[in-house]
Amino acid sequence: MNGSPLRRIGTGWLLVLPFLALVVALFLGPIVNILWLSVTDPEPGLGNYAALVTSDNLVGILWTTIRICVITTAFSVIFGYSIAYAMVHVAQGSRNQMLSLLLVSFWISVLVRTFSWLMLLGRKGLVNETLVNIGIIAEPIEFMRNELGVLIGMVHYMIPYAVLPLLAVMQNIDGRVLSASRSLGATGQQTFWRVYLPLTRPGLVAASLLVFILSLGFYVTPAILGGGKVLMVAEYISVQILVTLRWGTAAMLAALMLFGVLALLFLMSRFMKLSTIFGGAKA
Amino acid sequence: MIDGAVSGGLRLKALTKRFGSFTAAESVNLDIRRGEFLTLLGPSGSGKTTLLMMIAGFLDITEGDILLDGMSIAGMPPEKRNFGMVFQGYALFPHMSVRQNIAYPLDVRKRPKAEIEARVDEMLDLVQLQDFGHRLPGQLSGGQQQRVALARALCFAPPVLLLDEPLGALDKKLRVEVQDQLKDIHRRVGTTFIYVTHDQEEALSMSDRIVIMQKGRIEQVGTPEELYQKPRTRFAASFLGKSNFLTKDGALYALRPEKIDIAPKGAGQGPNRVSGTVRAMTYFGSVLKYDVTVPGMDEIEVDADAWRGGAPLAAGAEVDLSWSDAAAVRLERD
Repeated sequence: MNGSPLRRIGTGWLLVLPFLALVVALFLGPIVNILWLSVTDPEPGLGNYAALVTSDNLVGILWTTIRICVITTAFSVIFGYSIAYAMVHVAQGSRNQMLSLLLVSFWISVLVRTFSWLMLLGRKGLVNETLVNIGIIAEPIEFMRNELGVLIGMVHYMIPYAVLPLLAVMQNIDGRVLSASRSLGATGQQTFWRVYLPLTRPGLVAASLLVFILSLGFYVTPAILGGGKVLMVAEYISVQILVTLRWGTAAMLAALMLFGVLALLFLMSRFMKLSTIFGGAKA
Repeated sequence: MIDGAVSGGLRLKALTKRFGSFTAAESVNLDIRRGEFLTLLGPSGSGKTTLLMMIAGFLDITEGDILLDGMSIAGMPPEKRNFGMVFQGYALFPHMSVRQNIAYPLDVRKRPKAEIEARVDEMLDLVQLQDFGHRLPGQLSGGQQQRVALARALCFAPPVLLLDEPLGALDKKLRVEVQDQLKDIHRRVGTTFIYVTHDQEEALSMSDRIVIMQKGRIEQVGTPEELYQKPRTRFAASFLGKSNFLTKDGALYALRPEKIDIAPKGAGQGPNRVSGTVRAMTYFGSVLKYDVTVPGMDEIEVDADAWRGGAPLAAGAEVDLSWSDAAAVRLERD
């Protein structure tokens, strides 16, 4: 029975081969193509990557992107944490209602949600009109066409993504551990900082990663709420492809984002098991 | 003693807990003496855990009062009561090492570092886990986790230690071992232990006094021997140990299976004697258990000493059962 395990593996591979081929052709192929473009267009070499150091314009865009993503992540996770915490601690009925509301927001297109903010926060929007009319402010506040607008729109869109991983972790916390902390003399606050928060850390990391990575690729919200004044990487890439036709630069930026995300995941995996973050079995 | 337990006498006064229309504990009066090992024993739903949670401060009191050394502690939050507690499933902090777990109560009280370290060492000695200080709870066996939970709850020298079925998750052999350790630790620290269990053997072997509970009320309080030898109610007699029940002159009597002598028909002696037929015999090694049908009575259970009781009697054998007057205990109520 020497060759039988080998043969079994062979049969297994044969079964998944069509799908494997599909994945390679439709997923890995384009990625390789982009990597190839980034070092060959317009001429072979690392010229596209060199622009990262030489072009102030590019550095500025990357810096804006990272800054907006970090701030978005921070606020989304803080708000998401509060919402998830509330959801875990209300009665079952209210929790289901809150969960449906949360899921409804997933079904509304990002375009619709962004335009809603435009109507609410524009110079002649509901918020500014109201504030001016009741005399709290004399001039409309500039919510739009700046980073503030982009941040408001992105945080609003990202909160549900932050809530779900946090909710999953919080629901698994054994209430007796918290009671034990109280019985040992810790106040509610001490219990939160020393026990609850550390126990929700996997959820915090998962939510942060998810929100940060999704934010990196944000296109519609910065384009509309930033009004062309806040340029993030995704929008810049689309301009390179559709308008200026510098595909090499676009491919370089896409590759950069891909490697950035992979590096981030690698860094996190050194501190904790990724499987626990993404809801796998506990180690 | 490791620490002079300076206080620890508790008095429950007409303690009542209602959840809506359901009464989980009804007007419980109980004096718990300083330093004693008191067990709350009862089936699930008897109110024993409710009582413990009210003492710990996790449940509000509907009516009545709890006094610690004469002072009311009703309405005081759990962290102010200074009671140690060992939870079902131990509830150790999974992200902290054994040392950090044990140091926690002193840490949150902001005690000096040197004092904490010394005290943690002392507690690790007490529960014999000197070499495990830097492990995480997840790397310990159930019995070891149980000891960490105990060390953590005793670390700040609480006057009262509350234990909520702490051995429930252990297998039977380990349980007996841990019972001995627990009893030994109680003797050494001198803290008042209030122990909740539904396991009658645990209650009998460990307690100074046992409180038998049923349907939110106290059924009977006493030393293990008092409760076993002189049960006052049918519930007390049947929940703590096994018992046969007989009616004589309109009164109800409890008769323990091991206090009945069994002999082949015609050989029985003694003032109280009935004849019957063995329906079944079960062999337990040290004990032979007979189920005997007696005409006009409920089936009677007899435990005979397997070594001194003579040859086993087979099912179907005609037998005489006899017992002394002192063996049957008259019950006060059903």
